[in-house]
Amino acid sequence: MRITELFDQGKFVITAELAPPKGFHLDHMLKEAKEYLGAVTAINVTDNQSSNMKMGSMATCKALKDNGFESIFQLTCRDRNRLALQSDLLSAAYFGIENLLLLTGDHTRVGDTPQAKPVFDLDSVSLIHTVKLLEQGVDLGGKELEGEPPKFAKGAVVSPCSDSIDAQLSKMERKVMAGAEYFQTQAVYDSEKFIKFMERAKQFGVPVMLGLIIPKGAGALNFLNNNIPGISVPPDMIEELKKDPERAKAGITGVEITARIIRECRDYCQGVHIMTLGWESKVPDVLSQAGIA
Amino acid sequence: MLITQLKPKETIASIAGSKAFYITCEGCREVYFPEEEAAQLREEAAGIGSLVTDYICNPDNLMFQLEKHMEKLNAADTIVVFSCGVGVQTVSACFTGKKVYAGCDTYPLPGGQGVTPLEYDCDQCGECHLNSTGGICPITACSKSLVNGQCGGAKYGKCEVDKDMDCGWERIYRRLEAAGLTDSLLYPVKIRDFAVE
Ligand code: SF4
Ligand code: SF4
Repeated sequence: MRITELFDQGKFVITAELAPPKGFHLDHMLKEAKEYLGAVTAINVTDNQSSNMKMGSMATCKALKDNGFESIFQLTCRDRNRLALQSDLLSAAYFGIENLLLLTGDHTRVGDTPQAKPVFDLDSVSLIHTVKLLEQGVDLGGKELEGEPPKFAKGAVVSPCSDSIDAQLSKMERKVMAGAEYFQTQAVYDSEKFIKFMERAKQFGVPVMLGLIIPKGAGALNFLNNNIPGISVPPDMIEELKKDPERAKAGITGVEITARIIRECRDYCQGVHIMTLGWESKVPDVLSQAGIA
Repeated sequence: MLITQLKPKETIASIAGSKAFYITCEGCREVYFPEEEAAQLREEAAGIGSLVTDYICNPDNLMFQLEKHMEKLNAADTIVVFSCGVGVQTVSACFTGKKVYAGCDTYPLPGGQGVTPLEYDCDQCGECHLNSTGGICPITACSKSLVNGQCGGAKYGKCEVDKDMDCGWERIYRRLEAAGLTDSLLYPVKIRDFAVE
């Protein structure tokens, strides 16, 4: 199922993000998914996230599908040139993977294999354009595909709380022009900023899923605030986590904060996307406290 | 060695308008430059002024050469530069509020790049993008050489790869914003052609 069909039906879509292991054993991931992610519409699988070498996103998506989960295949331009990207898209179609999240990808220099050659033959915008061409039955070289062309839900990312909202909106517009059909955001901690952003982004008429990372403590949140692009945390939120370190450590405060952000932003977005970073077990509490599951 | 080739006449006509000032750089022995074609084009276009000079990649030399033409330059709404990518970037940085456009594409030839004083860099990509990027080269100023806008990696204006380097695309956006030209970022999807030689 393509998640764009759900947006079209006016459904509020919930997705969670999982990272494949450094290895090829998925038992733990599948067990966690079955235990905690039953209420989630689709599971989004990262592609060598932060340029750290992991098992592939496509195979993990296939495994999730085999276990009854809808999946979203993340595809970045860092590790593959245009031949490999198109070839992987066709392979994904063969496996019945219908949802995509198309990204430029982090530079190899920031990950665990900085010696690697970064590719960036295409980028997020030209990759979206490429998928659209494949859907029309031709490849980037203008050659026709055999048989029925594939059909995907084409997703992209945007950072509503970045330093430069105007630049973000401009890039978002380019992605929409290229064919992006839904957006997933960088983690939002500042509801006010998100709402202001959405008031301007709604002109594009494309569904936006609020991105969330459950804060694991004051230190961790401070780190995200200072080091991760597109993340901006209101100072009183860090204070809130400092107040009772035991509660924060147990995830109680983080779950409360995350659920509160969802409640504040719910009317301004078409879904939520939770990047679990190991805290799959907290997802059910977040969803129930937010009143969406 | 490098080689510059004029962009198609129609492209130049569409960017230049009637109040254009043309700067042509012919000095450098490292660059093969289509002098006659450029001269013909300038004549046909009949802008409000033109200057044929050399080594515009050196900002001091450029400003010295332009001194006598300042009145016309101020009156021009676009400046079209026939030079390699470095020259266009130098002119663009000197006239940040104006539309500065490249009239050429720059290709590599075997051999070195010459001894131009490189405050700006050109990778001779063969399809100069400076006309949509405010005269800042996305190939050399962006760590990923992106041609469709910035990645999500900049923080506080710095590139994700190097905290000491300004994000090239944020520089592009800021320059276009200052000139009121951010709409020039809505160009059709660009895909680089690595077969250009
Ligand atoms: S875009 Fe950059 S690399 Fe390409 S020709 Fe222009 S200045 Fe040179
Ligand atoms: S942060 Fe800026 S300069 Fe660095 S790769 Fe991304 S767009 Fe390019």
